[in-house]
Parts: sequence; C-alpha cells; structure tokens
Amino acid sequence: MNWLKRFYFLLIGLFLSLPLIVVAGVSVNAKQTLAFPPQGFSLSWYGEIFTNPEWRSALIASVVLATTSAALAVLIALPLSWFLWRRIAPWANIFQILGIAPFTLPPVITALGLLTFWATTGFYGQPWTAVIGHAIFFVTLPLVTLSLGFSAIDRSFVEAAATMGANDRTIFRTVVLPLILPYLVSGYAFAFVLSLNEYIVAYMTVGFTLETLPIKIFNALRYGYTPTMASVTILFVFTAAVIFSLVAKFGDLPKLLGAMASDES
Amino acid sequence: MKREPPQSIADYGPLFFPAGMLLIFFVVPFGTMIAVSFFQRQEGGFYTPAFVFSNYERFLTAFFGGVLGFSLMLAVTVAICCVVLALPFTYLLSRLTRRLQVIWLVGLLSVLSLSEVIIGFAWSTLLSRTAGLSNLLVKIGLLEQPVALFPSFGAVLTGMVYQALPYTILVLYPAIVRLDPTLMEAARTLGSSPIRAFFNVLVPALRNTIMATLIMVFIFALGSYLLPQILGRPQHWTLSVLITDQAIYQSNMPFAAAMAVFLVLVTLGLVALTLLIGRKGEKA
Repeated sequence: MNWLKRFYFLLIGLFLSLPLIVVAGVSVNAKQTLAFPPQGFSLSWYGEIFTNPEWRSALIASVVLATTSAALAVLIALPLSWFLWRRIAPWANIFQILGIAPFTLPPVITALGLLTFWATTGFYGQPWTAVIGHAIFFVTLPLVTLSLGFSAIDRSFVEAAATMGANDRTIFRTVVLPLILPYLVSGYAFAFVLSLNEYIVAYMTVGFTLETLPIKIFNALRYGYTPTMASVTILFVFTAAVIFSLVAKFGDLPKLLGAMASDES
Repeated sequence: MKREPPQSIADYGPLFFPAGMLLIFFVVPFGTMIAVSFFQRQEGGFYTPAFVFSNYERFLTAFFGGVLGFSLMLAVTVAICCVVLALPFTYLLSRLTRRLQVIWLVGLLSVLSLSEVIIGFAWSTLLSRTAGLSNLLVKIGLLEQPVALFPSFGAVLTGMVYQALPYTILVLYPAIVRLDPTLMEAARTLGSSPIRAFFNVLVPALRNTIMATLIMVFIFALGSYLLPQILGRPQHWTLSVLITDQAIYQSNMPFAAAMAVFLVLVTLGLVALTLLIGRKGEKA
C-alpha cells in the first residue's frame, strides 16, 4: 500500500514538474536552440531578461503593474471588509459578491467588459487602465483573506479597547490592523503573483501599447523562439514559489486555503 | 465594541471607495458589454448604438453550434479527468504531516499561478520534436525518430488538465481535511481494504463536494483561452478563443459581446446549480 501511495505522489509530482524541468533545461542552452537535454551550459539567457531592452522593459512593466494593482486591490478590499465586520448592513454584502464575481466568471468576460468600457470612454490603451483592470479582477483575493482575518479577531479585545475610551480610528490602528496584517500581506501577495502572470485582461486593455511579460512571451511564441522565454518562465515559477513559501512561513497556509475554497464555492 | 447598524452618513464612509470602484469598473463595464451585444456592427470595425438581435442570431449557425459543443465537451472532459486524478491525491495529501502538506501546497499554488502563456509554452516545448518527450521514447527504442506531439486534441487536453489540476486539488482540499477521520478508521477496523474504503466510504461521503468541484472545474476550464490556440488546431478553438478572436482580430465587438453574455449565462446557471447542491449537502 505504501509503495502505491509513493508512486501516486511521484506520478502527480512528475506530471506537474516535467514541463518545468524541460523548460529549465532549455533555458540553459549555450546557443539559441530549443534543445533538450541542453547543448552546453550557459546562464546568459537569464542575463538577457535584464540586459535586453525589450525584455527588461516588459519585466519593469509587469512588476510595476503587479505592485500597483495589488496595492489598489488591497485598498478596495480593506475598507469593504472592515465595514462588513464592523457594521450590521446585510445589503452591503452585495459588494462582497461583486468583488468575488470577476474572479469566478471566465476571465475573458471581465477582459471584454473592460475593453468595451475603455473603448467607450476613450481611455483605451492608457497604461493605468490595466492597473484598474487587474485591481478589479484580483480584488477577490485580498477580500477573501481579509474577511477570514476579520472573522478570526476576538471581539472582546476590541470591546476592551472601546471601554477604555478608544475611538474607531485608534482601535483600528492599535488593535485591528496588527491582527489582520498577516491576512493583508497574504492577500497582497496572492494578487501580486497572479497579476504578474495575467495575460488576457492586460492584453485586451493595453495589449497594443504596453508589453507585459506574459504578452511578450506570447508574442515571442508566435513570431520567433528565443531561450529567454524559458528563462523568464523559470524566473516566474521561482518568484511564485518564494512568495508562497514566505506566506506559508509567516501565515497559516492550510488555514488560508481552507477558507478560500469554502468562500468561493 | 458590538456590531451595530450604521447610524449616520459618516458611518458609511469606508464603503464609498470600494463600492464606487466596483460599480464604476465592474458593473458599468459589464453593462456596457451587454449593451454593445445589441449594437449594430458597421463595416470597418466600428459599431453604432442600436437594438438588434442579429448578433445573437448568429448563434444558430452550425459553426457556432460546433464550437459551443466542442467547448462544453472539452470542459467536461477536463473536469472529469481532474477530479479523478485529484480525489485520491488530495485524500493522501490530507494524511501527510503538516510540513509536507505545506510544501505540496506551495508547489501547487506556484503551478496554479502560472500564466496560461507559460503553461502553453512549457507543454509545447515538452511535446515538441526537438526538445520533447518523443526524444526520450526514441532513446528507449519505442519510436524510430522524434515526432511533434502537438498541435493535437491530446495536447490541448493535457495542457488544460495541467492547468486545472492544482485548482481542483485546492478546491477539494478543505472539504477532505474537514472530513471526519473516524469514518475511514471505522471502515478499516471492520476489515475493509484501503481502496475499498476509499470507494465505499469516502466517495459517497463526499458526493456533494465532488459534484460541486466538477462544476467549478468545468467553469474554470471554460475560461481557458490560450491553450487551445497554442496546443491545438483551429478546430480545437473554444468559445473563449472565439470571443477574443472576434473582439481583437475581427473587430466585431457586438458579436464578441453577445458570445460573452451567453458565456456568462451558462456560467451563472452552473454557479446557481453549485449553490443548490451545496445547500442540499448542508441539509443532508
């Protein structure tokens, strides 16, 4: 029984990692060939991400987009989840549902909605429209982690602070914020990583004016292969793994995921 | 501090920014899209306000029916493959030590967050003639010479299962973790083999979860738009691909919007079904 179990873990692990192993192999080819096992060894394709002006500007565009849109998503989610926790206002739950909807629907729908909207208002192609688009698309993640964080707060702490004469603002700063900070950070981290990888919303809103890394990879896939695509892929996997490991180190990953799925369904 | 209803306008203050953002940048665009789906298309890629059903009438063509049928069939196949693979895996995962669980979860999240572009690129490399699996098969002696395994239906299916499998596992995970462990122990004590106990105790106990997961993975797979393009031929294109194609390359926004509205209706219907199953599960 035990070897069967191990074999199954190995099988799934292999299925999930095999494409990435091959891509990692391709990324260290010495010459510009798509060969596996790699011919020669060179890390120059990793350097290419930072030295080639096209790849570098795509990298910068992606990082700026992910940093700002995740921040905006948290700014939308924090007051909303605080309000829902602090007040009894059942109708306000509609905004929670609106926040979860874009993530539940097929992504092409949010993308097309934003495309028609920006085209109608005349802002189509402006780089900042992608920031708003991603913030709306990924607001679900901080919203879910924050609602979880708020529901975990022991209300007697807050009552104690209120009895001592603290007002809402002071309570928020001194009691609530420290307690929900891990959830705030993980919500930001989830939104950041997904924004970094997002293609369709970015493509439909700013695809012809701004080249993010996923858009750049797709264009490279169409118009000519370069091992830089492979090195960028590995860089992405590595970044995601590091960020999620940090979330796991400083937060309770199983708990975080347990709540996320039950909230989504 | 007890929860209390808002007493003054100022109490609603925190709601203004989030509500405004969601209304302006989600509800309004959504409405715009619905409106555009009734607009009249002009030659040259523009469209004018109108109220016509011609964009929806195009659904009645055999071509559209074929694409829709293929999209649904593909999403159903992906959902079934994923749940069949993920169910035993997630059960085994939930029995591991916490440390090992966290390591697997980090790995699953990393794969889940991968861009479709990257998944498509990775699988197209793995299935390619020069760097792919077929080289391995040649070395073992199963193949005469390396071949490209894509574009093909199998490649599209494999890529989409790859994309949806971590999602499936993470959807099943909380339900399986919360499952009463004495259930399986009782079955084992009564002399049932682990595999028998899995099928006769665990699967029936999770019936509603499995149904809900199938539907959620189905919706997830319905949203796949790049893998069919990268790994498949034009006959493997799904509704999501067609919507993108019409909107960007054919500049037919009204038709793209009509298809998107249709996709929303299909999705919402299925979400409602999931909620219904969930409610029934609570009663049972």
